[in-house]
Amino acid sequence: MELNREQLLAAYHQMRTIREFEDRVHREFASGEIPGFVHLYAGEEACAVGVCMNLTEVDYIASTHRGHGHCIAKGCDVKAMMKEIYGRKGGLCAGKGGSMHIADMSKGMMGANGIVGGGPPLICGAALTAKTLKTGGVAVAFVGDGGFNQGTTLESMNLAAVWKLPAVFVLEDNGYAESTASSWSIGGDPLERARGLGVPGERVDGHDFFAVYEAARRAISRTRAGEGPSFLHLKVNRYYGHFEGDATTYRAPNEVEKIKSERDCLMLFRKRVVESGLLKAEQLDEIDREVAALIDAAVAEAKAAPMPSPEELMTDVYASY
Amino acid sequence: MPKKSFRQALNEALRQEMRRDPRVIVMGEDVAGGMGAPGEQDAWGGVLGVTKGLMPEFGRERVLDTPISESAFIGAAVGAAATGLRPVAELMFIDFMGVCFDQILNQAAKLRYMFGGKAKVPLVIRTMYGAGFRAASQHSQSLYSLFTHIPGLKVAIPSSPYEAKGLLIQAIRDDDPVIFCEHKVMYDDQEEVPDESYTIPFGEANTTREGDDVTIVAIGRMVKFSNEVADKLAKEGISCTVIDPRTTSPLDSETILESVSETGRLVVVDEATPRCSVATDIAALVAEHAFDALKAPIKLVTAPHTPVPFSPVLEDAFIPNPQKIEAAVRAVMERA
Repeated sequence: MELNREQLLAAYHQMRTIREFEDRVHREFASGEIPGFVHLYAGEEACAVGVCMNLTEVDYIASTHRGHGHCIAKGCDVKAMMKEIYGRKGGLCAGKGGSMHIADMSKGMMGANGIVGGGPPLICGAALTAKTLKTGGVAVAFVGDGGFNQGTTLESMNLAAVWKLPAVFVLEDNGYAESTASSWSIGGDPLERARGLGVPGERVDGHDFFAVYEAARRAISRTRAGEGPSFLHLKVNRYYGHFEGDATTYRAPNEVEKIKSERDCLMLFRKRVVESGLLKAEQLDEIDREVAALIDAAVAEAKAAPMPSPEELMTDVYASY
Repeated sequence: MPKKSFRQALNEALRQEMRRDPRVIVMGEDVAGGMGAPGEQDAWGGVLGVTKGLMPEFGRERVLDTPISESAFIGAAVGAAATGLRPVAELMFIDFMGVCFDQILNQAAKLRYMFGGKAKVPLVIRTMYGAGFRAASQHSQSLYSLFTHIPGLKVAIPSSPYEAKGLLIQAIRDDDPVIFCEHKVMYDDQEEVPDESYTIPFGEANTTREGDDVTIVAIGRMVKFSNEVADKLAKEGISCTVIDPRTTSPLDSETILESVSETGRLVVVDEATPRCSVATDIAALVAEHAFDALKAPIKLVTAPHTPVPFSPVLEDAFIPNPQKIEAAVRAVMERA
């Protein structure tokens, strides 16, 4: 299925928003104003957007500790996200989750997750709900190459196959689980591993929005049609460290610079749509400006937002107690 | 009123709630049994038969056998609860929580708070605890204090068939994750249990015996033993109040403190091992808030700080029994 101009513009807008959001959080974190642990998604934008463009409001996703990109791609409010990361009132989770647990159930975003491999079991549950209540929905678990070695992920793929759940497992293999290379830590081929658990899939270049979008479309349509769980292995790279503050000395000199100049997802997207005449460079430039202004405003509003009131410590532990 | 076993009471609670609300589903290892096998379906109805007969009535879509993958299916139950179902997951033995604790500790208990109140997790995890089956160290523990420790979880420990039915229906209707602990030697206990549906609210202790001399707070199966002791000692003129907290989270501290302020003596009876336990928690509560009322040091009757042993002689020595409870009551009575 060919994407129309509006969809292409929307895809670029989302990818640019994620990039701008992450680049800005990177700078703001360095200035010391953002508390806690932050893991940035820059470089992987085509994965979240390519997958989530195939989802609707009835669908759920579960994310990883590197969750900002998935949040934005699933339609979460960017300004409320920024407030959350600053721990302010009006944050997406009222300042109680922070970057690592950012979520919005009303958008089908079941949360970033501080536990590596935390998402896949939750997604089996969301898929079970979709199947039981016949919502027509699918549920997508994003896992990193670290999470792909967790028992929860493997058990969940098996459970999804056994129960024939509308669940999709997306491995975002960005090359490193913390500082450890995925080429070392994953035994065997991820595609064969998934297939061995009864979950067929394919591997594509995670820098290439179009490749991700098409593969995700095939996977999600087959799963939505009731054919059981699907798998995607997206090969990609992250631009920043595992967490903000990681000096990334484990990476080769100039590794990231080389990827940025040769395989950057925004660059590849722009080249393809402009060269093919689908979109004009000026349209994309305008989006760049729009997004920059949005993120400026998000940061300014987050910094100006009040802190949570101390009594909020005690609320929302239980629905009733 | 008809007499029913603890097992029947639970089965009836599940059946009535599944009839009432199509979002209630049951899942776990062999909760029907025979899935994919050539022989009988609903072969087990759970390892001790609590869910027997549910699959024939509600179908495989609502009574789901799982692979032996506690992390996956307990986590799936959390995810299903957060997205609109009301799952009752059976974690066969409470000891197996070690396999899937992250799903309970970091997912079920935390989603609501971490998401700023914008999630609810109406999940029940039914699980079997307790010694007495000669099942040894990995199938006999009383680990409810670990769940009680975690904000975001509720913990119910029914002490009789009547309690079991009312508390389970309450648990299923509750919008928070509930760890529902069933003592494995109590499934055949009989008691009058109404046919109709009823709930027992959480956080409201049940005073099973009223007395002036000693307050006994007992957990789960220990309520039965404590009642026996209270009845025996009443004949000698020692009168005991027995309090069954029913839920350790929320805990009805008010009822306990009020009673101790009247009796001035406290014995806590708990089958769990004694460090950082429900028993020590209740003792601390009383020491902090009712110290001036105490006429004698608080006594705890618990298991020793050991794993549960296999040999019947050793296991019997491990479990608190009426003799030990009686001795503790007499000991606190000796202090004028």
